[in-house]
Amino acid sequence: MTFRARMASFLPPLLPLLLSIAVAETVVRMAWVPSYLIPAPSEVFHSLVDDRIELALAAWETLSSALAGLVLSFAVGTLFSVALSSSDLARRAFYPYAVFFQTVPIISIAPLLVIWFGFGRPTVVASAAIVSVFPIIASTLLGLKSTEPALVDLFKLYSATGRQTLWMLKIPFALPQIFSGLRIASGLAVVGAIVGEFIGGGGLGSVVDSARTQQRIDRVFAAVLISSLLGIVLVGAVNLVSSLSLSSWHTSERKSS
Amino acid sequence: MNSIPQLGQSASGAAIFCENISRTFTGTGLVLDRISFQIQPGEFVALLGPSGSGKSSLLRLIAGLDRADSGRLAIEAAHGALSRGFVFQEPTLMPWRNVLRNTTLPLELVGWSRDNANVRAEEELRRVRLADFSARYPHELSGGMKMRTSVARALTTRPNLLLLDEPFAALDEPTRHGLQMQLREIWATLRMTVLFVTHSVTEAVFLAERIIVLSHRPARILLDESIALPPSRTEALRTSVDYITEIRRIGNAVPTVAEGL
Repeated sequence: MTFRARMASFLPPLLPLLLSIAVAETVVRMAWVPSYLIPAPSEVFHSLVDDRIELALAAWETLSSALAGLVLSFAVGTLFSVALSSSDLARRAFYPYAVFFQTVPIISIAPLLVIWFGFGRPTVVASAAIVSVFPIIASTLLGLKSTEPALVDLFKLYSATGRQTLWMLKIPFALPQIFSGLRIASGLAVVGAIVGEFIGGGGLGSVVDSARTQQRIDRVFAAVLISSLLGIVLVGAVNLVSSLSLSSWHTSERKSS
Repeated sequence: MNSIPQLGQSASGAAIFCENISRTFTGTGLVLDRISFQIQPGEFVALLGPSGSGKSSLLRLIAGLDRADSGRLAIEAAHGALSRGFVFQEPTLMPWRNVLRNTTLPLELVGWSRDNANVRAEEELRRVRLADFSARYPHELSGGMKMRTSVARALTTRPNLLLLDEPFAALDEPTRHGLQMQLREIWATLRMTVLFVTHSVTEAVFLAERIIVLSHRPARILLDESIALPPSRTEALRTSVDYITEIRRIGNAVPTVAEGL
């Protein structure tokens, strides 16, 4: 991409951002809105610079918990989906509970997690894993069940074993769906980690919580900004892995140029 | 189920005995109604019928992908073990495998070493004139090339029975004609039994030594006759009087669309 083309793709989303920063700064400076409700962007920026070490450590803690939760939910979710896809009876018996499980709000089970896992990282990781597991199950299962029937016939024609059909056909065929589930799950894992931290302690969740009690709205905003950045980083990482492993063949990843 | 002649060997044909085969599907009802025929090893037979007549269902039974409700079906290799090759309506290639890896798939499934599988697959890719494209991925190929890959894949196990389910129906005419001649060449070299399902009278007459015509559903056999054409089928044949005469003769036996409504 040329510099010109790069600017052309970055400029449109950059403009509203700059505009809203300018508006917020003006609104707070002119005291139209009290500064304990909305901080001036410059204050948020100062908070980001002044507390950079503390925020970076907290961000790292949240990111690593979210990542651990994502790895856990990926492992559990994939195994669960493979098991359910191989048996119609198992799928009918367990899938409704997976759906039901998804509808339980994480914030309501977070206190339970503290009771089970105590304060600290295990609760945070569990919270991240619980919210991110369902999209992985749903899309992996969909992917495993959508294998082209003629290819299944082809494997049957050569008396392929169940294991061969799974590894050489069903999983490669499901990869695009597996990655799209992982993409949704990676954003949710950050949400789950921060909710876990509100209750279990540590990371950006704690920073937000304590800044709120100290009425440091600028710090709250700084932490919120970083946490959404973490989500973007994780989703970006999944996209990268996805395009590296699918680039040679899958249409959704192929460059149209 | 399939055992495979070792490298270098080639297989002869298989015989098919089909006696009073019936098949009912829930929803569509009776599809095959007491079908009986015999095919000798090395014959090239076209199974001709209107769409939805059950020719594909019959082919799936013979492929071992489905079971008949009643009747007797026996398939025996003339020499050694039976090995079936199947070419589907669509090329059904795996998009994440290149042409070579798609072609080696059947051999990998039955446990051949990669080296041996590569040797055999390259041989079959040369046969369908795709040797220079073995590193390409399916999305980089034309429709005709995809279908040739699919044919090469079916040939890697050196089947004594090659089953094809309207494989050229979706291709443009020049490509289809080219592939028909290639298939005749392959049959002339390898002499396996070929059962070719099609709804096109011209295609059936051009390819086959014998044509079995099926009726509308439930399918019964309306006609089972040899084709009186020379063994060498070239482009020139397509405009010959003999060819046109045979098309007219067979075409008269094929039920029209209106009869099926």
